[in-house]
Amino acid sequence: MKKWAAAITAIAVTIASLWFLTRLLEPKYTTRPVEGALTGEYYDQSGYNDVLIIGDCEVYENISPITLWREYGISSYIRGSSQQLVWQSYYLLEEALKYDKPKVVVWSVLAMVYDTPQKEAYNRMTIDGMRLSPLKWANVQASALPQEEKLSYVFPLLRYHDRWQELTKDDFRYIFRRPQVSVAGYMMRSDSLGSGRIPDPPRLADYTFGDTAWLYLEKMRQLCEKENIRFVLLKAPSLYPPWYAEYNQQIADYAAKHNLAYYNALEEQEAIGLDWQTDTYDGGLHLNLSGSEKCAAWLGEKLTASGDIPDRRSDSKYTEIWQKNEAAYDALAATQAEELRTEGKVETIMIGEIPQ
Amino acid sequence: MYFTSIPFIAFLCLTLLVYYILPRRARWVLLLAASLGFYAFSGWDNLCYMAFVILSSYAAGCFIQKTNDQTKAYLAEHKDLPREEKKAYRAAQKRKSTAWLVTAMLLNFGVLAAVKILALPQIGGIFTDYVMPMGISFFTFRTMGYLIDVYRGKHPAQCNLAKLALFTSFFPAVIQGPISRYDSLSKTLFEGTGFSLDVFGKGAERIIWGYFKKLVIADRLLVMVGTLTGTPGEYEGLYTLLSIVIYAAALYCDFTGGIDITIGIGETMGITQEENFLSPFRSLNIFDYWRRWHITMGTWFKDYIFYPISVARPMMKLTKWCKKHLGDKTARRVPVYIATLVTWFATGIWHGASWNFIAWGIANALVIVASQELQPLYQKFHLRFPKMKGKGYDSFQIIRTFILMSFIRAFDIYPGVIGTLKQLSTIFWKPSPAKFIAGGLTSLGLDTAGLIAAAAGLAIVIASSFIKKRPPAIVFALLVIAILIFGVYGLGFDAAQFIYNRF
Repeated sequence: MKKWAAAITAIAVTIASLWFLTRLLEPKYTTRPVEGALTGEYYDQSGYNDVLIIGDCEVYENISPITLWREYGISSYIRGSSQQLVWQSYYLLEEALKYDKPKVVVWSVLAMVYDTPQKEAYNRMTIDGMRLSPLKWANVQASALPQEEKLSYVFPLLRYHDRWQELTKDDFRYIFRRPQVSVAGYMMRSDSLGSGRIPDPPRLADYTFGDTAWLYLEKMRQLCEKENIRFVLLKAPSLYPPWYAEYNQQIADYAAKHNLAYYNALEEQEAIGLDWQTDTYDGGLHLNLSGSEKCAAWLGEKLTASGDIPDRRSDSKYTEIWQKNEAAYDALAATQAEELRTEGKVETIMIGEIPQ
Repeated sequence: MYFTSIPFIAFLCLTLLVYYILPRRARWVLLLAASLGFYAFSGWDNLCYMAFVILSSYAAGCFIQKTNDQTKAYLAEHKDLPREEKKAYRAAQKRKSTAWLVTAMLLNFGVLAAVKILALPQIGGIFTDYVMPMGISFFTFRTMGYLIDVYRGKHPAQCNLAKLALFTSFFPAVIQGPISRYDSLSKTLFEGTGFSLDVFGKGAERIIWGYFKKLVIADRLLVMVGTLTGTPGEYEGLYTLLSIVIYAAALYCDFTGGIDITIGIGETMGITQEENFLSPFRSLNIFDYWRRWHITMGTWFKDYIFYPISVARPMMKLTKWCKKHLGDKTARRVPVYIATLVTWFATGIWHGASWNFIAWGIANALVIVASQELQPLYQKFHLRFPKMKGKGYDSFQIIRTFILMSFIRAFDIYPGVIGTLKQLSTIFWKPSPAKFIAGGLTSLGLDTAGLIAAAAGLAIVIASSFIKKRPPAIVFALLVIAILIFGVYGLGFDAAQFIYNRF
């Protein structure tokens, strides 16, 4: 009996220690790239979203959910992550449908240009934050590069064990609670860096999207159809990477074939009111705060045109949450404005960093 | 599927679970399936080599057994036969058995020699993709040992093909030994003992200890060895000395780590395997060292090569000739020394068909012969200085043996025999201490944190060798944590295969 007790104690101590060490050694994404924290942050505001916006940096930096809320009463969340691939969008969407019952899903089509996993770092930033489930495992199966150990997505210690050499104060500070990074999945940048002359994009030998990309786009469409969700395709505004006419045509054809809405912001820049000298913070790759608010206003108008998205501004269940979001958003915008005024650059990019 | 890979650990856990769920009499069947499955992971074609060893040994073993049984039965039936007729019958039967044994050995060692030659880099131009079947030396030697013992009547042949297949392919030992003897391993291999927490715990502890040595220490030190020997011209003098010392520690942790895992896995299933190491770096001299290092290989060569050569008919004739022409003393030494040279030559070849391994074997033989020749001198020295005994002198002997064996082991890490000798000579002719001090240790592939982790790991291994009592379970819990945190594995690392897997 004594031996069994010793063995059980040893196993329990080992498991508890490993859990604690995993928490300690996992990257906290409290310094750039903070985008790694986005996937995990979704669960804090799940269950209230009528619109889910899924995709890469073209959504989480280009669309302001606060504008959608303030102007249209849309309760939305951007389930975005860096270089989110099509199959990753699919699994994130499928998982999100366990927590939310959205009326509309908006998906950023830029990911169609990738047909294979690209980089481990992006995989990690997208998948690590997912809660453990068969969907997470399926996402790992679809995304892992050959050199990656898939099981390390389930037991992150296997991947991050060597971080003991580079632990910072933040790793200890945020062992059990993580700082808030985004507002409803949106990453704010208030600074501006106007676009210079964009060289003509190189011509490609083949513009056809890959089979895997098409497969998962179709799966997303079918999933939305099955769940009675309006599926909307979006090409967010950006000057780079290039969105070729050939790409655009394939998506337009697909949308027409399945009777889906496809909004290409690049074709409606004037209607949006975009100024590439003041509405981008990195020369046209991503929008800044003013650009993302313009883009959200334009998108909100499109989305609400069909009248199937409720205006939640008078629903106390929603206003409570969105008041908090608005406060955080305004505080971050004010902080960034002050930093721009005093230091000439933005330092604070996540909500959790705002000086109290 | 390396021992250090996650699929192997999953495979092991699953095997253990099913092993204890199955009824005892069926457990060895699971082990056979697991062993063949494990080996098939290294390539289905490799299974053909193993199948050849199993089938040829099975056929030869059973025939030899049948012949032995026939002999016994015939002689029992014909007790009144004249002595000469009995002797003639025995000799005729023995010839039949010998023919089977020699044929099986020629075939198996022929295949082994062929695959070793095919794996040579010089042949690489012809067979570009050829990879030597994993652990072929180990399972061939183990099975040939079994066959020789059947021939000698040490134990009966295993005429259950599946059981012989398990003995040959037993997965924990298939890739790097120990080279267990059939009579020893078979006692527990087919038995399927009941679960005992104590026995299981001991096995699990040993596995953990093995992983600690391999992943925390050996794989780190091997990074340094790789740097030091990758461009030997840049790391001469004291760096060479450092290189052979670090390699000694790395090889020890790598090989004993692997053997700990192997023996530990066996123990978790109640299967006892022979020990392969006995604190080898506490050896007082080279004889002592080879009684403590890779013990099962040493005893294999001693039992199946050294002794048979020593007592072979031509050797007896040579002894007689020496006695007549050179005197008693020489006559006693010549067969032993020739057998020593042949045995170590074969041991060198066993490690690999290269001049470096041959030189390594010959170097061992020469040191052994020289030590024996110098025995009278040592005795005189101790008579003259009787106080030169005790712990202080033992420590001197231990350090001397460690350095000597480290020098011999240099053939394992430097390219070419002449190249190795030249590299070793730089320790004496251009030690360059200033360059060594200026370069430091952090330029050798490990950063300060890595060096501290390796040094701390080594300190734990050394300290543990002085502890005789079984540590509490919580110590092993801490070791598991240490392995997972400080181990060299995962993306960004290239966890090395066990060094002895390549033999």
